[in-house]
Amino acid sequence: MAGTTLLQATGLRPAPLSPVLHLSGIGRTFLSGDTEVPALTDIDLTVTRGEYVSVVGPSGSGKSTLLHILGLLDRPTTGSYLFEGNEVADLDEASRTAIRGRRIGFVFQSFHLLSHRTVLENVTMAMLYTEVKRDVRVERARAALDAVGLTHRIEFPASRLSGGERQRVAIARAIVSGPSLVLADEPTGNLDSVTSESILGIFDSLRRSGQTIVMITHDASIAAHADRRVSLKDGRLQLEAAR
Amino acid sequence: MKPTSMQWRDLVSESVAGLASRPLRTLLTVLGTVLGIAALVSTVGIAQTAGNRIIGTFDALQATSVVVTNESSWSGDAAVAFPSDSEDRLIRLNGVEAVGTLGSVNVGSDLVSAVKLDDPLGRYEFQISVLAASPGLLDAVKGELRMGRWFDVGHEERADDVVILGPGAASQLNIFRVDQQPVVFIGDKPFVVMGIIRDVDRQPQLLDAVIMPEATARKHYGYAGATTVQIDVSLGAGDLIAEQAPVALNPNDPTVYRVQKPPSVDSLRNRVEGEINSLFIILGGVSLLVGAIGIANVTLVSVLERVGEIGLRRAFGARRRHIAGQFLLESTTMGIIGGIIGATIGILVVVGLSAIRQWTPVLAPWIPFGAPLLGAVTGLLAGVFPSLRAASLEPVEALRSGT
Ligand SMILES: Nc1ncnc2c1ncn2[C@@H]1O[C@H](COP(=O)(O)OP(=O)(O)O)[C@@H](O)[C@H]1O
Ligand SMILES: [Mg+2]
Repeated sequence: MAGTTLLQATGLRPAPLSPVLHLSGIGRTFLSGDTEVPALTDIDLTVTRGEYVSVVGPSGSGKSTLLHILGLLDRPTTGSYLFEGNEVADLDEASRTAIRGRRIGFVFQSFHLLSHRTVLENVTMAMLYTEVKRDVRVERARAALDAVGLTHRIEFPASRLSGGERQRVAIARAIVSGPSLVLADEPTGNLDSVTSESILGIFDSLRRSGQTIVMITHDASIAAHADRRVSLKDGRLQLEAAR
Repeated sequence: MKPTSMQWRDLVSESVAGLASRPLRTLLTVLGTVLGIAALVSTVGIAQTAGNRIIGTFDALQATSVVVTNESSWSGDAAVAFPSDSEDRLIRLNGVEAVGTLGSVNVGSDLVSAVKLDDPLGRYEFQISVLAASPGLLDAVKGELRMGRWFDVGHEERADDVVILGPGAASQLNIFRVDQQPVVFIGDKPFVVMGIIRDVDRQPQLLDAVIMPEATARKHYGYAGATTVQIDVSLGAGDLIAEQAPVALNPNDPTVYRVQKPPSVDSLRNRVEGEINSLFIILGGVSLLVGAIGIANVTLVSVLERVGEIGLRRAFGARRRHIAGQFLLESTTMGIIGGIIGATIGILVVVGLSAIRQWTPVLAPWIPFGAPLLGAVTGLLAGVFPSLRAASLEPVEALRSGT
């Protein structure tokens, strides 16, 4: 954390090569009855600041499991996870929750919007637990919605939005707290191809503004948008291909 | 990193938003609590109204009168005289409003007559009873004077030759004014008329009598002492004073006196309230329990339905306690809403019933405040299990289910 604070204090753009996350020897096994099922085995991965990395792999290869570990939603069974330079694999739950809420943004395949709440409320909700003042929340949410081109839908209930619009709201919600990492799990999985392209365009522009992104997909053409592609098969990293 | 936190205001607005997003369900859920609270409030209200009504129909005059007499019993034992400081002994008791003593004066064959100042020959004699009374008696019988005044401790101490006339005696004697100090004769003894009674609520024999201070009666007629002690007690103190008065008057043997006490108001009211209460409070309690189970059930369903939302909030930095707090507050809010609606309905029932019966509705002031509180406690208890359930969800599991 000290590095980040210093960078923020000096007002410099983050150094391009400082790693946001660094995994070494990460494994995750699930207990299925009495047998241990390994979902991830010996994963080494480094994502540097400003990088856009895609994780591809067939269904059941462990992509979601990896994303959950990256997002501190789940703990690895073995290995070390440095997030912004700090070991988080064995951190207590309150601290993990704090990092998750303040430093990581999530975009899900099924959007996960609260359909009864307005677009604005769905976005401000991401700052509910991180001590942001109410008026600041609204201000930031408007800026984030502006960034995804949804200014005209601010007071709409989420239930009246199209799929593409919903995912835009979700992206606005993921970036509204200014996270150091945005994690996306098949963000275009529920969208048609035209809408998918526009969503991928938003991720491209996020990337250009310096946002670190890790995106899961099973579609190679989508993965092609990223700077770097890592491939998962049966819980192991296969190869890393630069664009 | 500093742990995440949640402001109270946000907790409240999130809980309210959670309820408001499903208004119909919220109302239906609250229905059980509404019925429970309404049953309790109307029960207590009707009981209180009916209890009040019983006191109302009850003769307050009778309810506040305690009379002690020393009439000898059938066995023929001699009557035990009341002590001369009876008034002082009793007025000290808590619950006694006024005390006076009263007794007959034996004037032998003496008749009572008045002198007409303008016609000395118009002298008529009447057989009128003569009574002796203490200074406190007028208040104790809730009496009023038409004119003049009642004698005080001074007249008693000096044994002044003064009398008060009952209205019946006054008209017989043709005395209608006291400002010129008219005189009546008992036998040939003159007494100055100090006042004329308008009316008394108790001891009606006073109305047709000539009344003198006890010391005066003792001086002229060897008056042995009062035979009746009239006590005016505050409402509800009847039983207590009926027990304490004979002891205060004769600590050695209180049983020598006979006591007429008012029928017990409290026991009557308690019996009525008790009968209405026990039945309906059980009924209200059962419906409240059903209401609580309803809230618990729906909150649990709501938790299960909103697993995705819970996972999402955990991803935004919500801790388990924040999740638990939100659902607990939702169930508590439902309880409060149920309490308010229930109390309103209950009060309307009491008022409506009273209007039909033309009673005055009576409701203890704590009820409008207590009922929502009871609802809140109901909702709070009902929310404990679902909230813990919500808090125990793992974020990954929660996110796996769609919103
Ligand atoms: N909670 C769990 N319990 C048991 N097995 C699990 C659990 N989560 C995932 N797995 C298993 O781990 C493997 C990887 O799953 P997942 O990460 O969801 O794959 P992907 O997202 O690539 O489709 C699968 O074989 C899955 O069955
Ligand atoms: Mg998956």
